Amino acid sequence: MSTIEEKVIEIIMEQLGVTKEECVPEAAFIDDLGADSLDIVELIMAMEENFGIEITDDELMKVRTVQDVIDFIKKKRGALN
Amino acid sequence: MTRIAGELKGFDPLPFVNGKELRRYDDFIIYSLACAATALEDSGFKIDSRNAERVGVIIGSGIGGLGTLEKAKETLIQHGPRRLSPFAIISVLANTASGLVSARCGARGPISCTVTACSSGANAVGDAFRLIAGGQADAMIAGGAEAAVCPLMVAGFNAMRALSTRNDEPEKASRPFDKGRDGFVAGEGCGILILEELSLALERGVKIYAEIAGFGLTSDAYHVAAPPPGHEGAARSMELAMKEAGLAPQDIDYVNAHGTSTPLNDIYEVQAIKAVFGESAHSIAVSSTKSMTGHLLGAAGGLEAVITVKAIEEGVLPPTVNLDNPDDECDLDFVAHRARKREVKAALSNTFGFGGVNAVLAFKKYAEG
Repeated sequence: MSTIEEKVIEIIMEQLGVTKEECVPEAAFIDDLGADSLDIVELIMAMEENFGIEITDDELMKVRTVQDVIDFIKKKRGALN
Repeated sequence: MTRIAGELKGFDPLPFVNGKELRRYDDFIIYSLACAATALEDSGFKIDSRNAERVGVIIGSGIGGLGTLEKAKETLIQHGPRRLSPFAIISVLANTASGLVSARCGARGPISCTVTACSSGANAVGDAFRLIAGGQADAMIAGGAEAAVCPLMVAGFNAMRALSTRNDEPEKASRPFDKGRDGFVAGEGCGILILEELSLALERGVKIYAEIAGFGLTSDAYHVAAPPPGHEGAARSMELAMKEAGLAPQDIDYVNAHGTSTPLNDIYEVQAIKAVFGESAHSIAVSSTKSMTGHLLGAAGGLEAVITVKAIEEGVLPPTVNLDNPDDECDLDFVAHRARKREVKAALSNTFGFGGVNAVLAFKKYAEG
């Protein structure tokens, strides 16, 4: 079974069309991965669907890097469990 | 009820768009990107910082991303607003095709999108021609795109009784000018031309497929969907296109008819052709390539402009297939069943749309001097 990190990176690669090497934890979606604000909305929707969580618009505004997404999902999943 | 349509199959979009774009955008946009890239490559035209502001894009679409809209509504009902793609609206908008093509190739000149139902593509090519003739652009990427083969479209045209119900013989369902015709067959696809100001094309020493020489545009001012008996507006549109092109009726060798295979269109279009061409109506070739492609709705004018230009370039008249028993009122030379070799020096492409639009393009074989 893949870890949360692996699954998150897999989704980012699929959604943004980027490579695994580019998806380092500190990579910023807009500055490093060529995403725009609509890309991020779409990406977060895919995360919500895959992990069965909800990310609010306020939280969405704070998502900047790959690590931010991983942290959010871990936190949300922790709250669920 | 109709259960058939001319779906585009066997097309590989991945040389033209990546997986992300494929997921986000409606097929009419994907087809436009693929077609524009192919046409640009064929033309050898390079868009760079020196000419970018003089190159424009007009890709018409009758109904834009209807299939995307249909699915978005389903998502909204079944999963709620939070599950709606942020690209849903963009993907539905008819002018996104022009916008993305422009962004992709860097054309920064005039941009527009014609939405005139089944004549959208012809209006786009005509408007692009006018922009170049009026000195507002040096080159235009112009045509039509449609990918509306979805339950909503088929059911909607079905409600109008506009589609063929020859479900058991789909290959014979589109039969323009034939006694047995019973409506059109909806298709999908895209047709795009690169128009370039003549002196610049000559300067580049590029292959000139044909010269676009006239554009006739009229309104029936009659009915939202049906043409009037005699189709006077269509006749006037053909006359205007020829007049602008400096062509007399006897100069025309070929007419690519609108020829939808609906009971009314085909009879009234023949009446209009006879009104324009008089005695010579019987000596010109008239064919409906919709017999082979189905009716591409807003893309029809783009595709048929390409076909008309190819008829001129290759000296081949494309046929009207399935014309087994011509309607008594349809008695012209429809190039039945098989293509025919014949020099085409001048040709018209007829395209009519709901709302009473009649758009006719006139093309000439390019002759130097």
